[in-house]
Amino acid sequence: MTPMLASFAPPYWLSTLIKVLVVGAVVPTTALILGVVFLFKIMSWMQSRLGPQEAGPRGLLQLLADGVKFIQKEDIAPAGADLWVFKAAPLVVLASTLLLYVALPASAHLVVDDLDVGVFYVLAISSLSVIGVLMAGWASANKYSLMGALRAAGQLIAYELPMVLAVMGVVIQAGTMSLNGIVFAQNGGAIFGWTGIGNPYILTQFIGFFIFIAAVQAELTQPPFDMPVAESEIVSGYQVEYTGFRFLIFFLAEFATAFVFAGIAAVMFLGGWAVPWLSANSDWYYVLGPAVLFAKVMLVAFIIFWVRFTYPRLREDQLQSFAWKFLIPLALVNIVATAILKVVF
Amino acid sequence: MLALLVAQNIAFYIIAALMVFGALRVVTCKNLMHAALWLVLVLAGVAAQYILLAAEFVAITQVLVYLGAIIVLFLFGIMLTRAKTGTDDNLDNSKGARIGAGVIGLLLAGVMGYSLWDGFGKREFGDLLVQRTAQVSDSIFSTYLLPFEVISVLLLAALIGAIVLARRD
Repeated sequence: MTPMLASFAPPYWLSTLIKVLVVGAVVPTTALILGVVFLFKIMSWMQSRLGPQEAGPRGLLQLLADGVKFIQKEDIAPAGADLWVFKAAPLVVLASTLLLYVALPASAHLVVDDLDVGVFYVLAISSLSVIGVLMAGWASANKYSLMGALRAAGQLIAYELPMVLAVMGVVIQAGTMSLNGIVFAQNGGAIFGWTGIGNPYILTQFIGFFIFIAAVQAELTQPPFDMPVAESEIVSGYQVEYTGFRFLIFFLAEFATAFVFAGIAAVMFLGGWAVPWLSANSDWYYVLGPAVLFAKVMLVAFIIFWVRFTYPRLREDQLQSFAWKFLIPLALVNIVATAILKVVF
Repeated sequence: MLALLVAQNIAFYIIAALMVFGALRVVTCKNLMHAALWLVLVLAGVAAQYILLAAEFVAITQVLVYLGAIIVLFLFGIMLTRAKTGTDDNLDNSKGARIGAGVIGLLLAGVMGYSLWDGFGKREFGDLLVQRTAQVSDSIFSTYLLPFEVISVLLLAALIGAIVLARRD
């Protein structure tokens, strides 16, 4: 089966169509998986309750039922809203999420486009969602929305910097920005000459991993960094006026972005779609790659959601000083140390 | 190769038309926020043109810096100061200023068009090659090291200056 997959080379238009359909199917599916597994089930278990039980076996279809409910709802816009911008805002956020999936490799060839600037592309595209958030906050003509959007913009700008700096260490160590290149570098690496488990960068870049996960948490505006949507202070921030499927789009985008960022973290720090004992050039990865990546994504996502369900919300000043006074200096020290070690060894 | 160039030309003109339309809307729009959002279209068009020219790194930098940072800063500033929805009638300049702006715009377009035509009009371009990021970084940190460092210091000075001006105490 694997040689057949390896020799599959469709014409350009067909491969483009397949890629578009796959990304279109993968984005809601991953959002659904993370939503059901973490938001419903694991959150309930951590809080000693059962979670949804009725829809489907053990309540696993609850989110599908919720989705159908959202789609049925009337599409409401506030009277004072700026209609075009109001309606376009969730789509801008979703587009940013869809574009992120372009760079995520599920094996050496199972990737929409293995960009030479992979890591850089991911960081640039993820910053586009802020525009959608600001559009949503302004166009809703609601003071809570506006405050939420301002908080979101301030937070996302502040945490973009540690994210970029955290990734630098990995790029220096791998010597490439291509995400597949980073996987190959880890798979073929060695720890002081021992090639037993390759060289997953979490061992050397654990500081980078910590900073990256904290920054991802903030970029997703999840607790403890959920100032922009803090429901007890500003109702629900920039999302407050959105109902029905427009709210559903925000929800999908948030969880799909969580998945893809967990995927990027898995690729950069945990060896991506490769396992240490099997050379990254093996044809087995056509089948094995997505499964390995999925397992690692769930592991990283578990950390993200564990923190989400555990810590209370940070105050605005704590949030900003955590980014500027702790994460960024730490990331800079990490870069300097990595660069020195790279030159020495 | 030819088919690719034809497709590239068609894409260029479509994107260019969108950019010109967006740029006109930026200056004629009666709502400050809408003007900023039309500017997003123009800047995204610039990034798309860079991709057509096979300059991946520059295109992504365009997205990161202009769309991800500068536009966000614009929107942020507008929302902090005059964030009302609906049209705003006192956004237009006086007639004299508009004519002056038009003249300056035409003059700049003429100068840049002439210099491009003069410099590259007769040159034959070879096959398109995707410029690898490694080439960009190698040339920045060897051939253009000094200008790069000078620009960095200039930007640092500008940052410090902005902080000094903004601090009241």
